[in-house]
Amino acid sequence: MLSIERVGRRFPNGTEALRDVSLRLEPGDFVALLGPSGCGKSTLLRLIAGLDQPDAGRLVWQEGHAPTPGEVGFVFQDATLLPWATAEENVYLPLRLRGISRQQAAPRLREALARVGLEQFAAARPRQLSGGMRMRVSIARALVTRPRLLLMDEPFAALDEFTRHRLQSDLLALWQAIGCTVVFVTHSIYEAAFLARRIVLMSPRPGRIASERASPLPWGHSRLDPAYATLVADITAAMEQALGHGAPVADLAAADPASGDPARSRERSA
Amino acid sequence: MKDASLAMRASPLLFGLLALAVWEGAVRAFHVPVYLVPGPIAIVAAFLADPIGLLRSLASTLLVTFVALAVAAVLGAALAIAMAASRLAQAAIQPWAVVLQVTPIVAIAPLIIVWVGNPFAALVVCATIVAFFPVFANTASGLAAAAPELGDLFRLYGASRWRTMTLLRLPAALPHFLTGLRISGGLALVGAVVAEFVAGSGGFASGLAYRILEAGYRLEIARMFAALVLLSLAGIAINAGLGWLGRVLLRRRGDAA
Ligand SMILES: Nc1ncnc2c1ncn2[C@@H]1O[C@H](COP(=O)(O)OP(=O)(O)OP(=O)(O)O)[C@@H](O)[C@H]1O
Ligand SMILES: [Mg+2]
Repeated sequence: MLSIERVGRRFPNGTEALRDVSLRLEPGDFVALLGPSGCGKSTLLRLIAGLDQPDAGRLVWQEGHAPTPGEVGFVFQDATLLPWATAEENVYLPLRLRGISRQQAAPRLREALARVGLEQFAAARPRQLSGGMRMRVSIARALVTRPRLLLMDEPFAALDEFTRHRLQSDLLALWQAIGCTVVFVTHSIYEAAFLARRIVLMSPRPGRIASERASPLPWGHSRLDPAYATLVADITAAMEQALGHGAPVADLAAADPASGDPARSRERSA
Repeated sequence: MKDASLAMRASPLLFGLLALAVWEGAVRAFHVPVYLVPGPIAIVAAFLADPIGLLRSLASTLLVTFVALAVAAVLGAALAIAMAASRLAQAAIQPWAVVLQVTPIVAIAPLIIVWVGNPFAALVVCATIVAFFPVFANTASGLAAAAPELGDLFRLYGASRWRTMTLLRLPAALPHFLTGLRISGGLALVGAVVAEFVAGSGGFASGLAYRILEAGYRLEIARMFAALVLLSLAGIAINAGLGWLGRVLLRRRGDAA
């Protein structure tokens, strides 16, 4: 559905976030973008979403033009809900911005909330919901326009392990039911190995694609599957190689952007 | 636990009463003349000697305060929104807002009183200048306070600037506006009083500040204190009232605990 061709992105402050990145997305794919902090995962995702423009290379969409609003859904690390709006009103937002009346939207709002298991919480405000539930609302909001492409930027990174496992399994079921393409950014090897059909490993400074592999795991695998442990080990080995033998820790530290976008560093320290 | 919280709540009152008692006791024990430092009882007596006159003056000052606060709120919010909507407006407005903030009102009040013929309007203008900045600056920062990701989300769905303003930036600014309003409320009162002081010598004011000046000339120090007490009570009430208003509005909207 999308072919990313030799894309580069250098920010005005001189940070080269991406260099020579090429990647193909097929319909129905589930791709994990995996890499350490600051390697340009979010930048790549924003380029795909059209929220930022590359200054080298290009994005070639199969239909010949960039997707229209609503064809792409985006889930951020924080649920980023409107705190003054109910769960249902938050899910309504994308439809509202496209001029669909509340009445017309009602069945789709119910459907989207039901898909994430929150039909009972339509009238709840974000502060009345747990972190996991807020993230579910955020996912429902991204799904309500029935996007063909779902972009997720470390959506579960701020959640506890139990909630994260639960949401990961639910996300897989959702993906199976909906059949849209998912690009899932994470810095967790375990998460990438568990979720993705394809794992794209990125290395930092400047961000490049270090390696790419298809998941050997069968659909519906469990976390206890020995093949899962093997895959985690494989990816870990590839990651250490990508970051340089013997000095992964130092490289990770160097890759952590102390400078750069203040909004991002705020988000990280929060 | 409950007793403790009750004690916590009653403690400011008890402390205040204790301080008043010590004050009264000291004034009596050392035979301080009432034209130097009146005791609390003398102050209450001074108030009771002419409650209508003092309360009328309070009402006059409060009228100036509230009109000025309303004007400052509307003007401050409108200019902040204009600045958020257009860079040109921002470049044009920002320096003047700062000029307005750093100008000492005492220095320009005489000019304003001369220029604005109507005394009431002159007082309102002075108080508005003092009250303007907090509500303006808070609203401006509130309009920029929404998470950048939410801005991205609106862009992703092709939201117009108008939609982004009405559905995201204005609602996000509301708590900040209310905070600014609360600060401006106190300042409007200060501005009104300062303007009355300046105008008072011109001889057309009827506000509390004028009563304070007048009582000072006549060495009616107890009456002066009574007017001062009314003034601080009004300030406290305005602050508490605007705080309450903010909490109610935010709770109704559902985003405040
Ligand atoms: N708007 C910007 N202006 C300048 N530099 C930026 C900007 N956005 C990102 N960067 C820098 O580009 C690099 C890549 O950032 P990016 O957010 O894409 O990394 P990431 O892989 O998503 O990291 P993380 O896992 O911490 O989210 C970092 O060094 C970052 O500081
Ligand atoms: Mg990121």
